[in-house]
Amino acid sequence: MSRTAAGTYEVRLDAESRQVLAELTTQLRNAILADRADAAFRRLFPPAHATDEATAAEYRELVGTDLEHSKLAALETLAKTATSSELTAEETDAWVRALNDVRLWMGTMLDVGEDDGPEELDDPPHMLYQVLTWLQDVIVGALSGDEDLERGDEEEDADELREGDDGTG
Amino acid sequence: MASAAPVEVGEPGTSQVTDLARPWKVLVWNDPINLMSYVTFVLQKLFGYSKAKAHRLMMDVHTKGKAVVSSGPRERAEVDVFRLHEHGLWATMEQDS
Repeated sequence: MSRTAAGTYEVRLDAESRQVLAELTTQLRNAILADRADAAFRRLFPPAHATDEATAAEYRELVGTDLEHSKLAALETLAKTATSSELTAEETDAWVRALNDVRLWMGTMLDVGEDDGPEELDDPPHMLYQVLTWLQDVIVGALSGDEDLERGDEEEDADELREGDDGTG
Repeated sequence: MASAAPVEVGEPGTSQVTDLARPWKVLVWNDPINLMSYVTFVLQKLFGYSKAKAHRLMMDVHTKGKAVVSSGPRERAEVDVFRLHEHGLWATMEQDS
């Protein structure tokens, strides 16, 4: 995935991966439509207050189905453009959000932990999750204009130190 | 609404006004699924933060478990929480104490 001069995004992805993305986003979309309250979606629709149920309820009332519709639309966009070789900035944004929601859904069901090492990840569902994680990192890199994914921690630290005269953003 | 403590003693009107004036803060919580690169990207995109600031906030989330990413009136906090949830980040809002 890389940004073109025209501001669109070129997608270089094999047909099989595209097929998997289309299937997963369609599955998640159907699952949300079937039962949005399912525990597997708790990370997609988290409460808006950590402890105060009244505030969380007021927020839910305010938002209504807007969040659900936003997520369903992004999933649909990815499913529909899964075979595209070029995406608009808007479509790319939908891709990264939809892909993240698929990872939140899968990660919740797989009970992914902070310190999971490769030994936990060698069965097919975990391997698929890892592929999606890698793919998302690539897309985020393209969207951030950060082509160099090998960029080390030292450089990040140097960025921190330079913040004072850093004019980006 | 926001306060469970009784405020009716004395001047309820004043207390209520003070209560409404207290700003809300929006927090992002650590989770094992969202990528560090993605959290940084979302904070830059939604709040216009520099890469360095977004990275620092992301590291706070990662190492301290949570970070305040914005604050302001309740309506603003609600919008910010919504946009963060749209992007799959684990965000909550709470009123400053």
